[in-house]
Amino acid sequence: MKIKLTFWKAVFIVIMTLGLYSSFIRYFRGLGAVSNMSDQFPWGLWIGFDCLCGVMLAAGGFCIVGAVYLFNVERLHSVVRPAVLTAFLGYVLFIVGLLFDLGRPWYIWHQLIYMNPHSVMFEVGMCVMTYTTVLFFEFLPNVFERFNLQAPIRWIRKIYPVLIVLGILLSTLHQSSLGSLYLIMPSKLHPFWYTPALPFLFFASAVAVGLAMTIFESTQSAKAFGRHLELPVLVTLGGALLVALWVNALLRFEDYFHRGLLTQIVKPSYESYFLWLELTLTFVIPITMLSFKKVRLSPQLLYLASISTVLGFITNRLNVSLIGFETYVGHHYVPKWTEFSITLMIIAMGFALFSVAVKYLPIFPQEQRAVNRPRRIETEPLVGTAVLTHAGD
Amino acid sequence: MSKALLYDATMCIGCKQCEAACAQQNKLPYDDRVAAESVQSEHKYTVVMTKNDKFMRRLCMHCEHPACASACPVGAFHKTKEGPVVYDVWKCIGCRYCMVACAFNQPKYEWGSLNPRVRKCIMCPDRVVAGKQTACAEICPTGATKFGDREDLVKEAQERIRQNPTTYLPRIYGLNEVGGTSVLILSSTKVEEYRYPASEKIGNTPMPEYTGRVMSWIPDFIPAWSLVLGGIYWISHRREEVAEAEAEEKKNGSAR
Repeated sequence: MKIKLTFWKAVFIVIMTLGLYSSFIRYFRGLGAVSNMSDQFPWGLWIGFDCLCGVMLAAGGFCIVGAVYLFNVERLHSVVRPAVLTAFLGYVLFIVGLLFDLGRPWYIWHQLIYMNPHSVMFEVGMCVMTYTTVLFFEFLPNVFERFNLQAPIRWIRKIYPVLIVLGILLSTLHQSSLGSLYLIMPSKLHPFWYTPALPFLFFASAVAVGLAMTIFESTQSAKAFGRHLELPVLVTLGGALLVALWVNALLRFEDYFHRGLLTQIVKPSYESYFLWLELTLTFVIPITMLSFKKVRLSPQLLYLASISTVLGFITNRLNVSLIGFETYVGHHYVPKWTEFSITLMIIAMGFALFSVAVKYLPIFPQEQRAVNRPRRIETEPLVGTAVLTHAGD
Repeated sequence: MSKALLYDATMCIGCKQCEAACAQQNKLPYDDRVAAESVQSEHKYTVVMTKNDKFMRRLCMHCEHPACASACPVGAFHKTKEGPVVYDVWKCIGCRYCMVACAFNQPKYEWGSLNPRVRKCIMCPDRVVAGKQTACAEICPTGATKFGDREDLVKEAQERIRQNPTTYLPRIYGLNEVGGTSVLILSSTKVEEYRYPASEKIGNTPMPEYTGRVMSWIPDFIPAWSLVLGGIYWISHRREEVAEAEAEEKKNGSAR
């Protein structure tokens, strides 16, 4: 077997090497040595990005499963498997991220025996465990099909309704509970982001991101794995995304209106710059774009609108978890390079596992396997695309 | 009855004997270097701060309704009936939610350790249970830190303010803040100048209530939402079945 060293493979190797070095520092020198977290900033990039954003980006799983199996949106059937795969990998990597962030990860199982039902963190933990299990079962048919095991597929079919309902229930609880975590810090989190509505906002934004991520992913894998894009799928998702964004925008507006902050948020300040960035990326750009029919029918423009949405809500999560605390604490938190490197390593692992799964499992419907390449829609060469294709080789 | 500490900043002479006694009680290092540190840390549970020849002590407030205890997913913190908020290290998984949840920023972390613990004043629970004072109250030469029943100490504090209204600011910090704390502070200057959170900022609502409201919905939410989701599933698939059956009928009908 010939192993070719491509550019992206080299990038992957560099990321993994640095990540492993940082992991060594994490486990043999401690959290203080590997991160810029402190008594003033006990939660850093790993909670803000790996956990909050990671779970949010995995929301596509329950959104698409819900649309297809609860509301019979048959058109989206072809994206169920990639969406479930992304969600499953997202959750597995979220747990990997936790193993870095927890001070005593070897006691993570304490969650199961020393339960504190008053703790939001307990709810988060239980949801992670149970939903990852549900996603595992939703993902299993891919493996059974690969090895042509008919009997277990039939078993899973039988419990599928339960898995679907359970999956959506747990996602609702989990996405919103990540917002509830911050409810206990009314005096610390900046009022732009502290609101009693946090759990609702977190859930609503997860739905929007779930849809945006599915558009992003479909386009990206179409490019990377040489499949043709199904325009009806993207058009449906784009329309749904527009509705979801309007709902989110309305919720945000209502929240600021009722808390009397509308005049505050337009005044320039450290926080409002970050808020403007967030609102521009989450609402102004994608809503404006998606309002044009031309955009909703163009895979490239839909792709851009979805990227803006995803980046916008990532900004939102980082604002809630990091930026919103800086004024209270009185100084800035800038993650150490080793923190970034571990986050990057986890993302790279995600890309690699995704491409391995796509390569060896029937994630994409058989009839779509691109034999006639000319049919596929050409998209601009995109960063990351090549990683998707080659990282897992 | 629940025990408490009353710290009267006007009586404090800044001798830092409480710091030393605390370190000794909790087997923490204490020397001139540590004594000079003006912030709390994983090796310094209490600190006496100096500002314009006035002193102020900081330590865990031992809230009546502690945020840390409600936040901890494994219940590593709990408020004992005697008053102290204590920490069971063997339960802790290291999520540090207690640290972000605490309105007074009291839990500190052993960032340099490979098996880190959360560290904070635990109000000498062994001594308190045994009917003794806390180490800091016992050693205090002026009685600035006084140990006793919370109700008695509140009365005494009110009495001191009444008798010396010019000396004291007319408030007992910790009486109602976040639903009341087991550490009460009397002073002639605003405690906010010593990095204590402002009363109006933290409010009088016990911190656990902010998350408790949401958490209390969950037992109702789970069955209700499952029913809704299950119902939608059933309806949409029932429609499918009916459509299939109708199509079948039509086919049979036209074939006939």
